[in-house]
Amino acid sequence: MTRADLRLWGTALRTIAIKEILRFARIWVQTVLPPVVTTALYFIIFGGLIGERIGEMEGFRYMDFIVPGLIMLAVITNSYSNVVSSFFGSKFQRHIEELLVSPIPNSVIILGFIFGGVARGLTVGVAVLIVSLFFSPLSVHNPIVMLLVVLLTSILFALAGLINGVFARTFDDIALIPTFVLTPLTYLGGVFYSISLLPDFWQGASMLNPIFYMVDAFRYGSLGTSDFPVIASFAIIAMFIIVLYGLALWLLNRGTGIRS
Amino acid sequence: MTPALEIRGLRKTYNNGFVALKGIDLEVSPGSFFALLGPNGAGKSTTIGIITSLVNKTAGEVRVFGHDLDRDPQGVKRSIGLVPQEFNFNQFEPVGEIVVNQAGYYGIPRREAWDRAGHYLNELGLWDKRENMARTLSGGMKRRLMIARALVHEPRLLILDEPTAGVDIELRRSMWDFLQKINDDGRSIILTTHYLEEAESLCRNIAIIDDGRIIENTTMKQLLAKLETETMVLDLVEPPLAVPEGGPIPLRRIDELTLEAEIHSNQNLNDLFQLLDNQGIRVQSMRNKANRLEELFVRMTQNEATRSPLTPGGDGATEQQEGQA
Ligand SMILES: Nc1ncnc2c1ncn2[C@@H]1O[C@H](COP(=O)(O)OP(=O)(O)OP(=O)(O)O)[C@@H](O)[C@H]1O
Ligand SMILES: [Mg+2]
Repeated sequence: MTRADLRLWGTALRTIAIKEILRFARIWVQTVLPPVVTTALYFIIFGGLIGERIGEMEGFRYMDFIVPGLIMLAVITNSYSNVVSSFFGSKFQRHIEELLVSPIPNSVIILGFIFGGVARGLTVGVAVLIVSLFFSPLSVHNPIVMLLVVLLTSILFALAGLINGVFARTFDDIALIPTFVLTPLTYLGGVFYSISLLPDFWQGASMLNPIFYMVDAFRYGSLGTSDFPVIASFAIIAMFIIVLYGLALWLLNRGTGIRS
Repeated sequence: MTPALEIRGLRKTYNNGFVALKGIDLEVSPGSFFALLGPNGAGKSTTIGIITSLVNKTAGEVRVFGHDLDRDPQGVKRSIGLVPQEFNFNQFEPVGEIVVNQAGYYGIPRREAWDRAGHYLNELGLWDKRENMARTLSGGMKRRLMIARALVHEPRLLILDEPTAGVDIELRRSMWDFLQKINDDGRSIILTTHYLEEAESLCRNIAIIDDGRIIENTTMKQLLAKLETETMVLDLVEPPLAVPEGGPIPLRRIDELTLEAEIHSNQNLNDLFQLLDNQGIRVQSMRNKANRLEELFVRMTQNEATRSPLTPGGDGATEQQEGQA
């Protein structure tokens, strides 16, 4: 690895990141606006109308309790869908070939897509946060934990989206995982309730759900309350990132779904 | 001198079991303008795909300016610019950004990338379109966009896979001029095409690939010298009473007023006209049936077909026939 290599990789990484960011920015009406509108509806219906009748959750107003979860929901789905649609789109229109013919290591390609996913995840996350301010005051217990959880979660789901994109052959394939895996796991991951409300069996089952740890750690950063030790949550998230990164790199090196 | 491209024993079996390349050897010297010809499905794009890392090879060696594809893939990639057969850019990206991003993938910083993109977009008449979405370009403009994109990192070897498919005559000629200029500047060029006139007028060296094998690899001059016979089409003034048969020059009746004559290279047109005069056949006009190279090409790929019988109904067989049509 020489200095010239490093310079090339840096420039290439910046190029992919800029391209990915411009991609979702150009179509912001499809990418940024819908999650904001949806979350605003959640706030009004669940937080406002229904939440009034629910009362308190772990000592917080129901509205205040669900804000961290809804922010995480937005970050997760947007990081994921940004990368899966961008990567699949680049296979579909074949411009993935622009990257394949270039002297860029696959690790840099992966990083570039992660940048795009994180940028969209954070953009939408912040937008949702701003909307939430109309309904609930922002509570910050530990800002570093909050930021770190959002960042790592975003990276994790960008990687997962990339892997989905590698395997996807049709547009159906890129909707499958978000609909049948991601959304249920997020809803069951404690966005709308504390898992301490669940029977023992379902509490145990929730522990198998990676999203639970992220929502829980983020809620700790925001509200200072959690169902699980935050450090352990970080370890679990980090482990997922390492495994998914390794898998993504292996798939790209093999050329799965991109090289015949 | 290190060859621009060196291929040894290249084989490709696709995942579905189809053998697209059956052991290819090829050498392209630096600075040359090289034509790779062959019928549909011969394996041209497969070969190019392997050289440019878009297709995994099954066996064999590829070296580009001495960089080995297995040991130094980045070196190979840096040396090549590719204009693929099919459009492969993001249709929803502005033209200028497509070229600038490609430069970025080769490590060229953004400001310099815009300078270079400007240069090539200008040369190819696309500068005014730099802010337009790629999908709004015409077919010919899209081809030129891919040429600009392939050149932006100043590769030593430019590979074009049917760059003038679907391009009108005027534009095709201006693209030829452009490529000639690029080649004169010292860049090596490999080109595949179905327009044999294109290969004949641009390329000094030529390889013909058919059914996954190289069946000819020589200079254009030597290849054309191989052409032993030429077919002439004769338009007659009036229907002939009889067409002489079994003479030194074979004649074929095409319709009432058209004859075809096959002239061997040791015969000349006077012999033909003498023959026609004797029969009282009067000729209105005469032309060469096909481009000379075309004739040779059809004959060679036909020979190949009869030499290596293909499994009936197989993929290869249909592709082969298309090539001859
Ligand atoms: N991904 C693939 N899987 C299976 N077979 C393939 C694949 N790509 C190409 N082939 C087959 O390999 C053969 C060679 O194809 P290739 O695209 O290299 O031909 P070509 O010489 O470029 O033809 P053309 O002039 O039509 O572009 C064809 O028979 C084709 O059907
Ligand atoms: Mg082809």
